[in-house]
Amino acid sequence: MSVTTKDAVIASGPSRLSLFWMSTVGKKVLMALSGIILFAYVVAHMLGNMQLYLGIELINGYARLLHLNQGFLWSARIVLLVAVGVHAIAGIELWINKREARPIPYRSKENIQATTASRTMILTGVIIAAFIVYHVLDLTVGVAHAGPYVHLEAAGNLITGFSHPLPVVLYIVAMIALGFHLWHGVYSMFGSLGLSHPRYTVGVKRLAALAATLIALGNISFPVAVLTGLVHG
Amino acid sequence: MSANGHGGMKLTLDIWRQKNASDPGRFVRYQVAANEHMSFLEMLDVLNQDLITKGEEPLAFDSDCREGICGMCGFVINGSPHGPTHGATVCQLHMRFFKDGDSLTLEPWRAKAFPILKDLVVNRAALDRIIQAGGYISTRTGSAPEANSILVPKESSDIAMEAAACIGCGACVAACPNASAHLFTSAKITHLGVLPQGQPERYTRVLDMMNQTTAEGFGHCTLMGECEAVCPGHVSLEVIPRMNADFFKGSLKKRDPKAVAGGA
Repeated sequence: MSVTTKDAVIASGPSRLSLFWMSTVGKKVLMALSGIILFAYVVAHMLGNMQLYLGIELINGYARLLHLNQGFLWSARIVLLVAVGVHAIAGIELWINKREARPIPYRSKENIQATTASRTMILTGVIIAAFIVYHVLDLTVGVAHAGPYVHLEAAGNLITGFSHPLPVVLYIVAMIALGFHLWHGVYSMFGSLGLSHPRYTVGVKRLAALAATLIALGNISFPVAVLTGLVHG
Repeated sequence: MSANGHGGMKLTLDIWRQKNASDPGRFVRYQVAANEHMSFLEMLDVLNQDLITKGEEPLAFDSDCREGICGMCGFVINGSPHGPTHGATVCQLHMRFFKDGDSLTLEPWRAKAFPILKDLVVNRAALDRIIQAGGYISTRTGSAPEANSILVPKESSDIAMEAAACIGCGACVAACPNASAHLFTSAKITHLGVLPQGQPERYTRVLDMMNQTTAEGFGHCTLMGECEAVCPGHVSLEVIPRMNADFFKGSLKKRDPKAVAGGA
């Protein structure tokens, strides 16, 4: 082959990044990397909201602090939006691909060691995605808020919202889905990134289950605290 | 003893019958008499004798060594590849694990990449093409080399031998809810990639073999572990993160073809 022909082949070939994206392995790596960002955000979001228990003024001050620098706020929002986009698009493409990979299903299929959480990632993922849209419209934009919405009055908005049954039910269902999603997601992101060793696998699984449970329960505690009157305006 | 002289137990089998690749296929119900000393495939041999005697088309299923090492046999019994006992091929499954009156559903491996040829026989050439894409090493030919000229750490040799227990039967694909071939491909990548002899192609191998795996239409890995649970070679799920790490490193290290052409 002459040099010119080879150059022509190279020029028309897909780039390294697109080859990475086209591979099921590359997509899973990107899902793990975006998953780390989203997991870190979920932890930080919950810890931030825990200030609700330290006093209403404290959490409202925290909300104002986050909005102090618009550049910082929008940088964080864009990073999260890109992470959600990559995570969701890769996840949906892989799900479509795996449906095509087995066009005729088994009449019966036994599950030996696959957990419920691992088999329902697409379902819990879709529930979480739908909830994020509702959640932003409810407590950030305010258009889907039950009751009067006051910008940056974080505690007041929580209390008025969670005084209605529907937001509470939606919130708790979504947090249970989040718990299941993280239960498998936090464990499998290590494997997708190649960070795995048989000595640590059991520990990583336990850590993931613990983190998922704490995050789900921690978040569910907010509407429960409002409903029981522990937190009031 | 039953009418056909095999006695012991009577089974009801719902078996996937498909004349050829273009036939849509369907389940057909059969009654067969067996005894606990038979292997599962011998029980199917008995069924086939009955079918031939009746002038019907015998059931097609793969088998070769019938001692659990060749990787030729395999189908799904009641939703479990290689049957309910796990850790061995279906030829090593014996009828003592079943009881009189059992109803069993027999299906072929189901994956787009494994087209059904006939009944329970699927075409697993996709696995061969994955091997061809990179499952080799470059080595000096000629006279026999001195045995200890390449030193292999004990741990590496153990990991390589455990991964090399893969017999390429395809049960991992059949078991995977995503019809992924990651356990198979990762086992091959591991058994070559952890040895010093496999280092020259280590990163091109993982890219070539995994890209072929994707191109064959297998699904992705979500680390559920169904593959590991049915693997007759007891290949551990551990090989998949190892492959992921090499794939990631290989993608980062890969040079443009122009930069490594060295004349053509």
